Amino acid sequence: MTTPILSAERLAATTLLRFATAGSVDDGKSTLVGRLLHDSQSILTDQLEAVEQASLNRGQDAPDLALLTDGLRAEREQGITIDVAYRYFATARRRFILADTPGHVQYTRNMVTGASTAELAVVLVDARNGVVEQTRRHAAVAALLRVPHVVLAVNKMDLVDYAEPVFAAIAEEFTAYAASLGVPEITAIPISALAGDNVVEPSAHMDWYGGPTVLEHLETVPVSHDLTACHARFPVQYVIRPQTAEHPDYRGYAGQIAAGVFRVGEPVSVLPSGRTSTITGIDALGESVETAWAPQSVTIRLADDIDISRGDLIAPADDAPAVTRDVEATVCHVADQPLSVGQRVLLKHTTRTVKAIVKDIPSRLTLDDLSQHPAPGQLVANDIGRVVVRTAEPLALDAYADSRRTGSFLLIDPADGTTLSAGMAGASFAAVAEAAAPAADDDAEWDF
Amino acid sequence: MSTVATVPEGTVNPYTLSHLDSLESEAVHIFREVAGEFERPVILFSGGKDSIVMLHLALKAFAPAPVPFTLLHVDTGHNFPEVLEYRDRTVKKHGLRLHVASVQEYIDAGKLRERPDGTRNPLQTVPLTEAIQQHRFDAVFGGGRRDEEKARAKERVFSLRDEFSQWDPRRQRPELWQLYNGRHAPGEHVRVFPISNWTELDVWQYIERESIELPEIYFAHEREVFNRGGMWLTAGHWGGPKEHEATETRLVRYRTVGDMSCTGAVDSDATTLDAVITEIAASRLTERGATRADDKMSEAAMEDRKREGYF
Repeated sequence: MTTPILSAERLAATTLLRFATAGSVDDGKSTLVGRLLHDSQSILTDQLEAVEQASLNRGQDAPDLALLTDGLRAEREQGITIDVAYRYFATARRRFILADTPGHVQYTRNMVTGASTAELAVVLVDARNGVVEQTRRHAAVAALLRVPHVVLAVNKMDLVDYAEPVFAAIAEEFTAYAASLGVPEITAIPISALAGDNVVEPSAHMDWYGGPTVLEHLETVPVSHDLTACHARFPVQYVIRPQTAEHPDYRGYAGQIAAGVFRVGEPVSVLPSGRTSTITGIDALGESVETAWAPQSVTIRLADDIDISRGDLIAPADDAPAVTRDVEATVCHVADQPLSVGQRVLLKHTTRTVKAIVKDIPSRLTLDDLSQHPAPGQLVANDIGRVVVRTAEPLALDAYADSRRTGSFLLIDPADGTTLSAGMAGASFAAVAEAAAPAADDDAEWDF
Repeated sequence: MSTVATVPEGTVNPYTLSHLDSLESEAVHIFREVAGEFERPVILFSGGKDSIVMLHLALKAFAPAPVPFTLLHVDTGHNFPEVLEYRDRTVKKHGLRLHVASVQEYIDAGKLRERPDGTRNPLQTVPLTEAIQQHRFDAVFGGGRRDEEKARAKERVFSLRDEFSQWDPRRQRPELWQLYNGRHAPGEHVRVFPISNWTELDVWQYIERESIELPEIYFAHEREVFNRGGMWLTAGHWGGPKEHEATETRLVRYRTVGDMSCTGAVDSDATTLDAVITEIAASRLTERGATRADDKMSEAAMEDRKREGYF
């Protein structure tokens, strides 16, 4: 029990970290999640009683903490996690939203779902087995989704006598692999989720380790970025026009700032039309402000009464994205029905949904060894592949590497509305893209 | 990461959002997505704290224009009078339109039968789903939060329901980034949960920060109650107490607002928002565990009700 009771002011000042966990079935992910929740006092008495009762009814000796997170009847019956569950806990420093993603190979799409909004991913490894295929797959998904921080939790250190060389070898192998994919920041932590070593409390068994515990790292990892270095992007969601006696002429463009900073007085372009204007006001949910930044939801007013509607993008006049109808991207296919060359789809990008056609599927990626299979013809559930899509209308699309928000899109089946694929525009992996840069002339050949 | 430079440690980043600002911004984004993509959205409004916070967020999202949604209340017939008074006053104050679907009317017309245990919460499903069909609502905002209950932890922000309002947890669309897919066939609709990622404590802190008025029953007051199944229920015309159940006057408040027959009060002397927040931060019971009898009916009670169309 480590969390003191906090004053209302202290609680309100905390920041929010969204993170995802990934690990194979027996790596101890449930135990780690259970311990984080338990030691941050996030499992309340009635929840624990319900789990104890359910475990008893099943004839189990000890409370099965997985029942806390496996909320669906089918999951509890089969003892496996089928779907992403979101968990909430808090410490004195920070509040956390945990996307608890299943570890089964066939559920890559669930890790993609969890990682898409995460700022940090915890990849679990069993110290006895070291880096295995599934570990590489998790690292690759984190790299593909450009999760800014990755934690390698080397678990079950108690089963390898808390031996430093075991940890060091695994950490070195993983770091080399993840760095080759362009994962920007990797922190390796030796833990025993079962015994509680280095999860919340520092371990008494591993004095050779001088780094943070898992929770300490989660509490202190930076979540805000230097937004002045980002290309500012504002997808228009909705036009606010009260047309009331009190506000006869108010016309504001409502949206959530996708990236960067906007300031009153700044010249802007509106895409895809390319018309220009100047920001005359920013309303931040009832308060007039001079500056606003991602991910604030605001309303922007412009000097000129130009034609702007949902789906348009406002960007600084001197830093607007190129507009294109040809999208080259990596997609993770999430639907049971396949995605095929020639298929007509809808493409949802920020607030804009347009008709599109799949022109080509140049390759499919094997996550195990990152090898590529050329021209697979189609992608099936959980496949990751390169696609070339032609859209019916121009899009102001960034590379996913520059903006997770304006570089991502969905492919949707126009017949029944099914979400088919999660798309990331531009190069797949940061490191590969850099390696490809000198050969830019024939970069059309580059798949992964 | 090419352009997402992390601020060096030790320097103060001016572009930090508090967790409440992050949650508020996300919820407003969700409201505006629905306004932009749907024809006939409606907000479920009971006069409980979660729906009050939803309405407050909607008011902020579209200001200075009015909220472009109507409201719907499923009235069990056993609601707290103070809450109904608050509901009507709020609707009037903001110039909104309220639809009421009445469980009592369904019972009187012989379309629903009173349950032996007298609780009417599960009976809300039929009037709710029929009101959705009748008014052809295509997006229905609910104040459900994922921290409330294990089945709700699996709920998407945009949750597709078929023409019978059924939820199929195994056929949910993956929800990626902030790209919500609201496409649906005629007759289907989408349940939308803008405060999915909020916890009970977040809701209370937000109420305090925004100085949002609440019905009085959320604060400690003297009330005639009796004990049933370990919960303090309010005596009233809904049918409690029974002969062997003795009433007494206690200092209590409510953590949730629902049907009087299954929503329990908690002993409390918290008369201010500050005191309520302190009490909740220290509580070792979840909101539903403390005060809702209907969730305890079986291990998967909420999932089963949600499958049928409950919110």
